[in-house]
Amino acid sequence: MRTFIALAANPDYPTLEDFGKDPIWISIIKAVGIFVLLMLGVLFGVWFERKLISRMQHRYGPNRAGKFGLLQSVADGLKMALKEDIFPRTVDKVLYFLSPVIIAVPAFLAFSIVPFGPMVTMFGERTPLQLTDLPVAVLLVLALASIGVYGIVLAGWASRSPYAVLGGLRSAAQVVSYEIAMALSFVAVFLVAGTLSTSEIVRAQSVGGTVSLFGMEFSTPSWFVIQLIPSFLIYVICMLGETNRVPFDLPEGEGELVGGFHTEYSSSLKFAMFMLAEYVNIFTVSALAITLFFGGWQAPWPISLWDGANTGYWPFLWFLLKMVIVFSFFVWVRASLPRIRYDQLMAFGWKVLIPLNLGWILLFATFRALRIDEGNRTLIMTMLAFVVLACFLIYMRFDIVAQRRKREQEAEVAAEFEELGNAPEAGGFPVPPLDLPHYHGVQRKEVSSGTH
Amino acid sequence: MGETITFWVLAVVSVSAALGLVFSRKAVYSALMLGAVMLSLAVLYAVQDAPFLAAVQIIVYTGAVMMLFLFVLMLVGVDSSDSLVETIRGQRLWAMIAGLGFAVLVALAVGNLVVAPPTGLAGATQGAGGNVPAIAELIFTRHVFAFEVASALLITAALAAMVLAHRERSRPKPTQKVLARARFLSDHPSPLPGPGTYARNNAVDMPALLPDGSISELSVNRVIARHEAEEGGLPEDPKLAEAIRQAVEEESK
Repeated sequence: MRTFIALAANPDYPTLEDFGKDPIWISIIKAVGIFVLLMLGVLFGVWFERKLISRMQHRYGPNRAGKFGLLQSVADGLKMALKEDIFPRTVDKVLYFLSPVIIAVPAFLAFSIVPFGPMVTMFGERTPLQLTDLPVAVLLVLALASIGVYGIVLAGWASRSPYAVLGGLRSAAQVVSYEIAMALSFVAVFLVAGTLSTSEIVRAQSVGGTVSLFGMEFSTPSWFVIQLIPSFLIYVICMLGETNRVPFDLPEGEGELVGGFHTEYSSSLKFAMFMLAEYVNIFTVSALAITLFFGGWQAPWPISLWDGANTGYWPFLWFLLKMVIVFSFFVWVRASLPRIRYDQLMAFGWKVLIPLNLGWILLFATFRALRIDEGNRTLIMTMLAFVVLACFLIYMRFDIVAQRRKREQEAEVAAEFEELGNAPEAGGFPVPPLDLPHYHGVQRKEVSSGTH
Repeated sequence: MGETITFWVLAVVSVSAALGLVFSRKAVYSALMLGAVMLSLAVLYAVQDAPFLAAVQIIVYTGAVMMLFLFVLMLVGVDSSDSLVETIRGQRLWAMIAGLGFAVLVALAVGNLVVAPPTGLAGATQGAGGNVPAIAELIFTRHVFAFEVASALLITAALAAMVLAHRERSRPKPTQKVLARARFLSDHPSPLPGPGTYARNNAVDMPALLPDGSISELSVNRVIARHEAEEGGLPEDPKLAEAIRQAVEEESK
């Protein structure tokens, strides 16, 4: 598994000390760069999503405005900007106006800690290709996501419409619950990387560690996605829930709630802000997935054989390629899965994702402790055995009950079938007589569909 | 320099938000003002080189606690007004005592600074190697008992709320299977005809027409039918009037 390790000549990994030393104009260039990148990303992301999902559904998608319909989103954006800005009469004016802003600003802010590349030379200044970094950078993303929820909730409340209020409530409950599972799936990454700063997490994924099993040395792969696959899978589910995407897009389930929290934002720049924030949030969680699990900006295997792969501005390209792949995954999921029910969503988040995650963290921490702490091995093993035994007993208890319940149900169904079959009138159910002429009598065996 | 500017800007913001919290008439605005105060505090922590505290302040207080407040306010309803009756006996007295206690705590904390020279941030976090590890070390070694007790208290509170709000069902919840069975045992396994089926009009007061042109009595709206029969406003169409009369009769049966 050495192949995942970047073989390129030492890339210049930034450390936390490299941040906060930029001259102000470099910071401004970076901030504007991120803003432009995100705006263009939304414009062409919408186009890309529509084009890709069309192909998955055997149609062409937008192909009128510009070559390949590339300007479709531009046209849509212009239309939104030129439409009349409607304030419904009963809304709470201040909050109705503020909530699109509250939802959009944190979405953009979260991108400031995403590492796009190593140390580069920008107009003669050596600087990391990342706006800023903090000792708690990943927590900052969670904090900004929780501020973004305010936009949704207040949009629902300020609209003074039942659909919007219900959409806002659903969304708040959903995002808050999935944020817990999401934060838990970061814990294993923090345990391995030993830091919460994004640039150092990327650095921690440059070289795999070694594990000694039965006296032999094995090198572990460097990207966390392999080492921490349970965390990654849970994160993937949570990122769909956190961004209100299919199959978890219940806040705007149009079958039940018209447009959900943005029902009253018919079509204007305010609606465009919601749209913008939704896509920027998708980009943020994708960027976080890449940074935490897919080696950040580091080149993937075949490219990493080339010496210059991880130097200069090249990593920016690898990062964008990974972004495109993760975004395509979002589209693929949207094209494949139906929306789930709200109680299923909540039960899945609280009863499956969070306990699974806690169990995995416990297991992983135990393995880490076994590797670090040579002295207390007996204690750790005893505790591990105790926990495993307890889990097994709990599982057995639930399994016995579930099996008994299943048997009971089967017996009940069989008894009822027997009873209804013997009853002259089929128990009062409207069953047609089976000897009607067009049934060819009861003697002839019915031909079911699918056998011919 | 930057810290001073941030402090004065945030001082204005947070004090005016706190005043707004006390004086605003709508509960949702008060909650939002509290959120603004919390955010200002978080920024102040960040400026004071406490990034972990800042992030946790936003995640826990602004993200979870305030969101819960807003959630409750939204569930209670948009236009419900607050009740100004104090239900807790001696609330003001206890509030005053708690306020005084808090003031004493703050005074002691600040007084500590006067008595002994401060360690300084660098000195406090040096041993552990950074801000986050230093907090982690304190929480999981020296204050581990207090930490666990606090979490146990929170879980107890959550469980208590659930137990208090829990209500046993008096009869089992009808499942999809039970409902379907009841429907098929009734007279109408299929849905009732909606108003306007086969009709030239889809208004709710127009009954559905069956394929042979007769009126489906099932589709006559009971409320409208009773109203029209009582007020004497039966329509001219004899077929429709008959259907409405029959619907009212069936209703009164």
